[in-house]
Amino acid sequence: MQGSRYSILSLLREALRGQAGWKPAWRDAQPQPAYDVVIAGGGGHGLATAYYLARRYGVKRVAVVEKGWIGNGNIGRNTTIIRSNYLLAGNVPFYECSLKLWEGLEQDINYNAMVSQRGVLNLFHSDAQRNAYIRRGNAMRLHGVDAQLLDAGAVRRRLPFLDHENARFPVQGGLLQKRGGTVRHDAVAWGYARAADRLGVDIIQNCEVTGIRMKNGRAVGVETTRGFIGAGKVGLACAGNSSRVAAMAGLRLPMESHVLQAFVSEGLKPFIDCVVTFGAGHFYISQSDKGGLVFGGDIDGYNSFAQRGNMPVIEDVCESGMALMPRIGRVRLLRHWGGLMDMTMDGSPIIDRTPVDALYLNAGWCYGGFKATPASGLCFAHLIARDAPHPVATAYRLDRFGRGAVIDEKGMGAQPNLH
Amino acid sequence: MKKAWARSPTCTEVPMRLNCPCCGPRGLEEFIYRGDATVRRPDPAASAREWVDYTYMRDNPDGWHHELWYHAAGCHCWLVVRRNTRTHEISGVVRAADVARASAKDTGS
Repeated sequence: MQGSRYSILSLLREALRGQAGWKPAWRDAQPQPAYDVVIAGGGGHGLATAYYLARRYGVKRVAVVEKGWIGNGNIGRNTTIIRSNYLLAGNVPFYECSLKLWEGLEQDINYNAMVSQRGVLNLFHSDAQRNAYIRRGNAMRLHGVDAQLLDAGAVRRRLPFLDHENARFPVQGGLLQKRGGTVRHDAVAWGYARAADRLGVDIIQNCEVTGIRMKNGRAVGVETTRGFIGAGKVGLACAGNSSRVAAMAGLRLPMESHVLQAFVSEGLKPFIDCVVTFGAGHFYISQSDKGGLVFGGDIDGYNSFAQRGNMPVIEDVCESGMALMPRIGRVRLLRHWGGLMDMTMDGSPIIDRTPVDALYLNAGWCYGGFKATPASGLCFAHLIARDAPHPVATAYRLDRFGRGAVIDEKGMGAQPNLH
Repeated sequence: MKKAWARSPTCTEVPMRLNCPCCGPRGLEEFIYRGDATVRRPDPAASAREWVDYTYMRDNPDGWHHELWYHAAGCHCWLVVRRNTRTHEISGVVRAADVARASAKDTGS
């Protein structure tokens, strides 16, 4: 194990030594011939899984194999929002478990992830939307989750710069979850990687899975660009590419890969103090600690494995932003990018065993994988270690489509109109 | 110095425009994507498993993909587009009606 424990003393010591004594946060591990568990995919979910496997479930020999480098995928490409404002019984306990893990994350992994509970405010613009949000707020409070309904006046006092009198979408109020907020997304990857490494997990970068080796219907390891790695159990956590990797084991999944774009503006003085979502369209915005406006909207809407987007959606997202807050019209866009989403057909994730023995699947997070990172890791680790679903993730079964037990939170799957 | 991305094959064919057989090349925002064109509705008497596969399961290919697009802001024609999901390149656009007729002729029905 390397890397000191971060503390006020270590910061002071390095400040006096010219910051020259910091060690790499995790080892550049070489693949060993075999492990107890190999996780394919070194994104947030894969790293969190490895960390909880080692920390909570005492699995000794764990490796994470990542085709690129840590922080290259969706964990480094999202809009950093965390929340647990869900409606359905299958979802609320899971996302609340995740939010509670976020609240203790920094102490847990000894890493500053800049968890900022600045609040998430979902605006509504019609009577029907208000009723839906009242219902959602009630469902949350029944599960012990905080939710607060704000009327038009309260929203106006908090966010005076919105276009409250918009002719088509006047702001009638909003549902506020104060414990929601943002987290520094890269720090989540680095923090989990470092914490897992300190527990002996091998993080193997630039190592792409090219096949899943099977013996008598059981997964026994992964073929990679750096050779074969044997494994007692194999966990797949490769969002965006889940279909491709699962196909290596002969599985066909209820999902499509779509590209979702995110945007950052030039830095501005602080003026948005929470996450705001525009209920009339699909638009969400917050302001980063550096001052940039971080925002996003819909997926591009067609299957894609290109990690980049297309112009019509940029126009659509910016139009939604302008409808909500006309004052950002002269703000310059600094950059935008696209990440790959596994869009399941009901818009909800899958954490389950697969029909192949010793092969486990964590996939289908649609647009919402970031906020789920800690609970996804915990539940996937539980599933792999105990061969039984974690109590808060029992609904995320792979066979739920055939059983008619879809979790259609918002009808936001890849092609919800068809189901 | 030439920028690498300008020569990258992923940026040569961006589906900003679809060449509609009725209307000609039109902006992508006129069209609505309607999913995989290769899935076939099973016989009404087919097993539950076949219906689940048809409704939910997808090949989700990384590469060439036949897909349905609807020209909502144009001729209202349903199109089958052959598109590369990795590069966004489009290699063919035909009317879905023609595809359906050709496949009906093939099966003799």
